[in-house]
Amino acid sequence: MSVVAEIRELRKTPKGERRKNKDNKAGHLFLLPWTVGLFGITLFPMAASLYLAFTDYNLLQSPNWIGLDNITRMIGDDRLHNSIQVTFTYVFVGVPIQLVVSLAIAMLLDRGMRALPFYRSVFYLPSMLGASVAIAVLWRQIFGHSGLINQVLAMVGIEGRGWVSSPDTALATLIILHVWTFGAPMVIFLAGLRQIPDMYYEAASIDGASRFKQFFTITIPLLTPIIFFNLVLQLIGAFQNFTQAFVVSGGTGGPADSTLFYTLYLYQQGFNRFDMGYASAMAWLLVLIISAITVVNFWLSKYWVHYDD
Amino acid sequence: MRSVSDKERRVKATIKHIVMVLASLVMIYPLLWMLVSSLRPNDLIFREPGILLTTLEFSNYVQGWNALSHPFSHFLWNSAIVVFGSILANLVSCSMAAYAFARLDFRFKKPMFALMLLTIMLPVHVVIIPQYILFSNLGWVNTFLPLIVPKMLATDAFFIFLMIQFIRGIPKDLDEAARIDGAGHIRIFLQIILPLMIPALATTTIFTFMWTWNDLFSQLIFLTSPDMYTVPLALSAFIDSTGESNWGAMFAMSIVSILPLFLIFLFGQRFLIKGMATTGIK
Repeated sequence: MSVVAEIRELRKTPKGERRKNKDNKAGHLFLLPWTVGLFGITLFPMAASLYLAFTDYNLLQSPNWIGLDNITRMIGDDRLHNSIQVTFTYVFVGVPIQLVVSLAIAMLLDRGMRALPFYRSVFYLPSMLGASVAIAVLWRQIFGHSGLINQVLAMVGIEGRGWVSSPDTALATLIILHVWTFGAPMVIFLAGLRQIPDMYYEAASIDGASRFKQFFTITIPLLTPIIFFNLVLQLIGAFQNFTQAFVVSGGTGGPADSTLFYTLYLYQQGFNRFDMGYASAMAWLLVLIISAITVVNFWLSKYWVHYDD
Repeated sequence: MRSVSDKERRVKATIKHIVMVLASLVMIYPLLWMLVSSLRPNDLIFREPGILLTTLEFSNYVQGWNALSHPFSHFLWNSAIVVFGSILANLVSCSMAAYAFARLDFRFKKPMFALMLLTIMLPVHVVIIPQYILFSNLGWVNTFLPLIVPKMLATDAFFIFLMIQFIRGIPKDLDEAARIDGAGHIRIFLQIILPLMIPALATTTIFTFMWTWNDLFSQLIFLTSPDMYTVPLALSAFIDSTGESNWGAMFAMSIVSILPLFLIFLFGQRFLIKGMATTGIK
């Protein structure tokens, strides 16, 4: 059962029956490290960052309460708006394409196919390495002026350009990088496809349903919980991407702020300029955006996700 | 009739294999090309899109290894310390928490469980600034402590979840029997549950390795002096200092940096893919 399913479960189950002998002492003992972490490393810092969001703080002087100034500053901050736009483009173009590709490949890699473990590994490998600096470095070269892409294009007589150094195409190269790492959702789709009983397809074949029709009447409906799960996870993950944009642009988010991801801008404000108050306000806006999208996702899921129960 | 459909099926399977082989090639071509380029003289990298090696040049590796203020082994070692510490911390703290959630009944279990699930989805950005201030006040910035101590406190809740799922699959009769024999929770946990959850521990180990080895964001924030640099920091410092001029050395060190990941991938694939499929961690 996935995290998403677990959260659904949590919402709908009534209070369970209570055992008489509770393991209060043992339970809290085993949970001690986690509890300390929850308060010390998560909840307390969250409260602190909420407070800092209403202050001006540069680490040297003590925080200075400025009320809603950070928020008005955010409203007027063009670079911030741009970073939101860049991030939304990246997320809402990259994630759907990646999911479609991963489902398509998972469908091709169906049961009984020879060499399946080999293909699965090959397709999974990039998603394992994709988050590394090494791959970002590689991307920077591949899509650079004298990079691999332009060398290939030159062979067919097309003159390339500096894909990562042009504001029109730099973000697209990062989206391609994201799509390339489709192995993770693919593996989850494969597991989901495997759970669809063969007899559904056999029955449909006997009724004369085409492959095409079988896909839309059997595969997709039965796969909706997995699609939903992948969607929620990939959206949350994609919003937080940082490494590739940082490395490809040398930490600037350039050219012309075209790869200034939200997290990169937050990093710049917080850890280059030590504008901790403003960066905290930005962090909270990110949480609000991600939560809102996740909540809307859960709400919409009622209309298209089919669970067996 | 039958032989025709057999033949048709074989043709279809062949076509599919051709498509898959081509797709696989596209997928790993950039990686192969990087490997080959790391063994080429620099000027050839800018002219050669193919992956056939005509000359074998190890100077990129020698050069890259010594390009920064420390030999590259220094950064590998730093990364190894952080990774090893993180793995140990995650294994201990997350398995304890998972045992509590999966097997014990206690006050506030439900709200705590809900909080645990929510922290899985919480962006790190909302805690990183106060954490930085906290660790900086403790004098921990530019040490490995900020990277390891949170893990000792089970903040990687994903793994708690993964282990809970696994423990739920272990028959309860086993610990009930041990309990009747007079074993306490600590013994049940150490002697019955832990040995049985080795696959989940292996998955945790592999994913912790992967994420920590690749993690640039928090290492960038907490490690400031080149002396403490880990592999991701060294690579990105490399690109700043040599820029576009020395791709060969850049690629050579990139290959060195992903080699451990690749080995983990080879050995741990089974756990990786199973862990992915059951819990969907990335």
